[in-house]
Amino acid sequence: MADDKTVIFPVEASHIMMFRRSIGDYSVPDTGLENTAAPPTFPRAVAQFDPEYHLRMKPGEAWFGSGKNPSGVEGKPSSSGGLHAEQHFEFVRPVRPGDVLSVIEKDGKSWEKESKRAGKLMFQERVMEYRDADGELVCTSTGVSVTTERPVDQG
Amino acid sequence: MTMKASDIAVGDTFEDVLVEDLKRTQLVMYSGTSGDYNPLHTDDPYCRDAAGYPGVFAHGMLTMGMTGRVVTDRFGAENVKKFGVRFTNQVWPGDDLTGKAEIAAIREEGGETLVDLTIITTNQKGDVVVKGYATARAEV
Repeated sequence: MADDKTVIFPVEASHIMMFRRSIGDYSVPDTGLENTAAPPTFPRAVAQFDPEYHLRMKPGEAWFGSGKNPSGVEGKPSSSGGLHAEQHFEFVRPVRPGDVLSVIEKDGKSWEKESKRAGKLMFQERVMEYRDADGELVCTSTGVSVTTERPVDQG
Repeated sequence: MTMKASDIAVGDTFEDVLVEDLKRTQLVMYSGTSGDYNPLHTDDPYCRDAAGYPGVFAHGMLTMGMTGRVVTDRFGAENVKKFGVRFTNQVWPGDDLTGKAEIAAIREEGGETLVDLTIITTNQKGDVVVKGYATARAEV
């Protein structure tokens, strides 16, 4: 998500139902989801509503996944070294079906570190704020991504 | 739904099997719901032949989402105030994951009873794949 851009995230019960299934959460019957709080990691699903989200194929644009070839782009694939290092959520109140959240994202801290398994590590924090239709803060999501010099040594 | 503060104590632990023999299909399900379609999680030829990995591996957020069940199954998603993790090892298809939480503190803040938990999720080899914390509201 680009800085200074607001993404509108309409929260729907069916999306939460599918999200719950995908994390193996069957604690709530599918028929009882209308008023049920979303799981705490659900806010990251705002990616579905970001028209510029870089990890979704878009018509007319090269995609780095495989087709005829192992990658649809020449050279080093754009995200082959980028990994998610940390994730933090803080809630003022739970996210519920019917919420229409306005989401902004901005840079947080950045730093570097040396690693034996992957060479130089470059960390970048991104902070997302989710506000409801009244402009009240609902939750904050802070992600830390790390770009590695080479793929992580699996040994 | 939440736990009663009178039913729990500092040092209490909870443990859940989060997944056994993680399937690639679950990675596809998570891509579909989260919107994270990074081929690293669904596309073996890309992982092996373009990105230099032995195959697909789980989204960190899938592991975090599964780990969150240790908290939400007991306290309810509506009572989670904070949840955070560090991703310490990759999770691969075929892995078995177990989530463990320990109550670190029970405290009063802003008229609420809050429970602080430390959380780790390990794989079948005992390697920690995420390490984190949560704070949840409890009933008095």
